[in-house]
Amino acid sequence: MSGTAFQKIYTHITHITKATCTLKATGVGNEELALVHGRLAQVVKIMGDQVTLQVFAGTEGIPSNAEVVFFNRPPALKVSEDLAGRFFNAYGDPIDGGPAVEGEEREIGGPSVNPVRRRQPSELIATGIAGIDLNNSLVTGQKIPFFADPDQPFNQVMAMVALRAKADKIILGGMGLTNDDYLYYKNVFENAGALDRIISFVNTTEDPPVERLLVPDMALTAAEYFAVDKNEKVLVLLTDMTLYADALSIVSNRMDQIPSKDSMPGSLYSDLAKIYEKAVQFPSGGSITIIAVTTLSGGDITHAIPDNTGYITEGQLFLRRDTDIGKVIVDPFRSLSRLKQLVIGKKTREDHPQVMNAAVRLYADAANAKTKLENGFDLTDYDQRTLKFAKEYSDKLLAIDVNIDTERMLDTAWELFARHFSQAEVGIKKEFVDKYWPKN
Amino acid sequence: MKTTAKTTGKVSGIVANLVIVEVDGPVAQNEICYIRHDDVRLMAEVIKVVGNKAYTQVFESTRGLRPGNAVEFEGHMLQATLGPGILSSIYDGLMHDLHEMTGVFLKRGEYTRALDPDKLWDFTPLAKPGDTVEAADWLGEVMENSIPHRIMVPFVFEGKYTVKSVVPAGQYKVNDTIAVLTGKDGKEYPVTMVQYWPVKKAIKAYRDKPRPFKLLQTGVRTIDTLNPITEGGTGFIPGPFGSGKTVLQHALSKQAEADIVIVAACGERANEVVELFVEFPELEDPRTGRKLMERTTIIANTSNMPVAAREASVYTAMTIAEYYRSMGHKILLLADSTSRWAQALREMSNRMEELPGPDAFPMDLPAIISNFYSRAGFVYLKNGHTGSITFIGTVSPAGGNLKEPVTESTKKVARAFYALSQQRADSKRYPAIDPIDSYSKYLEYPEVQETLKKTVADNWVDNVMQMKNILIRGKEAAEQINILGDDGVPLDYHLTYWKSEVIDSIILQQDAFDNIDSNTPMDRQRYMVDKVLEIYNTDFEFDSFEEVNPYFKRMINTLKQMNYSGFMSEEFKRFEEELQNIIAERKVQS
Ligand SMILES: Nc1ncnc2c1ncn2[C@@H]1O[C@H](COP(=O)(O)OP(=O)(O)O)[C@@H](O)[C@H]1O
Ligand SMILES: [Mg+2]
Repeated sequence: MSGTAFQKIYTHITHITKATCTLKATGVGNEELALVHGRLAQVVKIMGDQVTLQVFAGTEGIPSNAEVVFFNRPPALKVSEDLAGRFFNAYGDPIDGGPAVEGEEREIGGPSVNPVRRRQPSELIATGIAGIDLNNSLVTGQKIPFFADPDQPFNQVMAMVALRAKADKIILGGMGLTNDDYLYYKNVFENAGALDRIISFVNTTEDPPVERLLVPDMALTAAEYFAVDKNEKVLVLLTDMTLYADALSIVSNRMDQIPSKDSMPGSLYSDLAKIYEKAVQFPSGGSITIIAVTTLSGGDITHAIPDNTGYITEGQLFLRRDTDIGKVIVDPFRSLSRLKQLVIGKKTREDHPQVMNAAVRLYADAANAKTKLENGFDLTDYDQRTLKFAKEYSDKLLAIDVNIDTERMLDTAWELFARHFSQAEVGIKKEFVDKYWPKN
Repeated sequence: MKTTAKTTGKVSGIVANLVIVEVDGPVAQNEICYIRHDDVRLMAEVIKVVGNKAYTQVFESTRGLRPGNAVEFEGHMLQATLGPGILSSIYDGLMHDLHEMTGVFLKRGEYTRALDPDKLWDFTPLAKPGDTVEAADWLGEVMENSIPHRIMVPFVFEGKYTVKSVVPAGQYKVNDTIAVLTGKDGKEYPVTMVQYWPVKKAIKAYRDKPRPFKLLQTGVRTIDTLNPITEGGTGFIPGPFGSGKTVLQHALSKQAEADIVIVAACGERANEVVELFVEFPELEDPRTGRKLMERTTIIANTSNMPVAAREASVYTAMTIAEYYRSMGHKILLLADSTSRWAQALREMSNRMEELPGPDAFPMDLPAIISNFYSRAGFVYLKNGHTGSITFIGTVSPAGGNLKEPVTESTKKVARAFYALSQQRADSKRYPAIDPIDSYSKYLEYPEVQETLKKTVADNWVDNVMQMKNILIRGKEAAEQINILGDDGVPLDYHLTYWKSEVIDSIILQQDAFDNIDSNTPMDRQRYMVDKVLEIYNTDFEFDSFEEVNPYFKRMINTLKQMNYSGFMSEEFKRFEEELQNIIAERKVQS
């Protein structure tokens, strides 16, 4: 993203904060890009002839007589097939040593899809992970985050899901990614021979935090190009959206906005929704699916970032270490895929919805039994059986290292039901019990 | 408002979608203006005036706008376009027809018409020359998807008029003159099938607004039976994300016995709107046999659409509801979620650097909410007909904590409270309406009790109260068992708990995705309530608490199978027989 033609140069900044600077300028458009002391900046406020710029790389060392040049256009990305297989920074400049990409220049953060032009998502994404496919089936055009504490292996799970998802393109938007994680993704994709399907926009922990604000829009502009122009199935991975939101709060605090809950800007919901709602099933077959990561602090989902995210996304996947089996599982209680109704029992076997619910109900009974045990009470025979069931269910179905197809997951669940419970205790519709309850 | 030359102005400041305009003439609060930008005009609304500066909220992205952009003021507030053709339409928050827009993506400044100007409607006159009429009186009617759509004297007409002429029965377009009225001033006023009304003002063209007294059936057992909503009543559904607000509202929109359903998708997911317009043209209204879409209008201002239009969307929806109520219809208005509307207000208030109230919401939030809810209600029209707007909004409390301004303000005005509980949702006890925290004030109205007795059963209200008690006692018993252990409490505690579990599992829990279970008519609800109370009133015999759990599980399982079977079908009766056998096994013989 470089300047064009002759531009008027300003050299008198009147106000500098950690993330913004203000100067007198005329003829400037809202959200227009500028270069301040060689750093990219964007217009965030205009009051008369006072223009406030958000400087992505921070304002450290910017003098009040720094050169400011306006570009006369908002941030943009050049799109073409050549994006495939490439790694870029938050500005869309290559970081893989390759040449700049040629193509049509598209403004990032463009308009929304007309709701009546959307198609209802209906294509199942099979991941082989039963905690997802059995209890929380994903669908193309869906948007869903992993809610995970920072020490959980969400990047590994996400990479696994991405590779198994059969997407035409996988677009990685990395925000505050550690260099190690960045290299991890690169390696996994390379080893899977998938590099030509991958496009990455990465802001690492070494880069200035405010730059991250550009990453989702860059990634989604590329995604829209492949999904709309090429009718491809695009999977966008956004990690970590908590760090994205932190950058939002940095900027809004610098602009003296009144913070709402958890010092987040009052517009957090709209800001996040604008990103996540880019997930869509287009009528012509292309789709954008967004899988994101929202790291939690101490598992607290009432914090404004996960809270607003949960209100926007179509469910969430919780990772949790199950100490009974010593593995990470997809927690069936707090996880939810809101679009699963569109496919389970329709694209998958008829008994899927009931089997899923029954297993989770029994697992909940086990949790109650566990509480009893911890409180020093005797367990009933039923309690004992739920505990045995829960352990097997966790190990054979919820653990993230499970990789089987949905039919096999359902059969496994029936086997566990029959091993530990009577038909009445499982409480599934009779026609399914008659058909699927293991004989002998 | 003013009739003189249009006021104009120039943009002088921009902060996100707040645009400050220097004006050269008078402007009114809430007046609409258009900001010129390149070759498009962006719609905006005045939200504050200071000297010659008008603060406007723009209903679009303000990207690229610059100081000096020309602005034209329209001389009217944001208004709804009212006439035949609203039903089955899908509008944005400003009532632009989304189907009429070109392309896959929304385009800034593409403002489509609300009504089809070319469609011919079969008009039948209802008034005749010489009649004295006033605002909202019916001049004629057309059939809109088989629902009578009354063409009324425009609401803005003040005082009495005399009908000079009405066109004969025949086919007309919405903009054709269908009647001419003569005013007191002797002037003639032509009336078409279209009229306009500022959305933020209530339409009060009715005689009288009594307290609601009639049950509005929804087919959702935990509502109809335990905490009923009334025709013209107000209710709200607060709950953390994923607790089932939207699924519940969708169930209401499909099943409620309303003539017309208006859904305001306010700042929520676009895919949820897609679900409605994919399903509704296929699904049938069980009472009329007609497709659901025919009685439905959707206002879609999803979370990625402009924030200011989100605020407008609930008003647009309410105005449409009031318009149809004036025709004597029973309207159900749903808004998901009113918190997003409040957040839109908060975003603007922050940008204007107003002194914030609690949680940075505007100070006057309670007044705004109360004012909005007060527009619902059951009314007697001046011509003796009745109409109603039942309004149910969802609330999305931050962190699921009900001690927050939107929930608290709404609680003060809405009469039915359906609190969704995270715990119930987590254990998949859907709909997750907490039976103990939730309430319907209507159940206390003598006039509502009276109609319930007449329409459902003589002992109905007593039964409902009894069930509420059982649920509370069941909860207490469960707590005791948890504290003291299974064998640390008398056997009776287990029975109390499990009898309340029967009510919870069979009456409260309901599978919204099962064709039969999802929608329970009132007679079936009464039948099942009698059934569970019969069980409650039965004395059972057990030797130890260990027998209680498996026994009741079996019983609940059989009752559930009844819920999944067609009412009084062979299957249903078979399960009922099975149930009677189970009951007999342990019934104390007297
Ligand atoms: N009555 C119900 N029956 C079955 N599942 C339900 C029911 N209500 C909610 N759910 C489940 O909960 C999910 C979230 O519900 P939703 O209404 O979207 O929540 P909210 O609007 O409160 O965020 C749904 O996708 C569905 O899986
Ligand atoms: Mg919802």
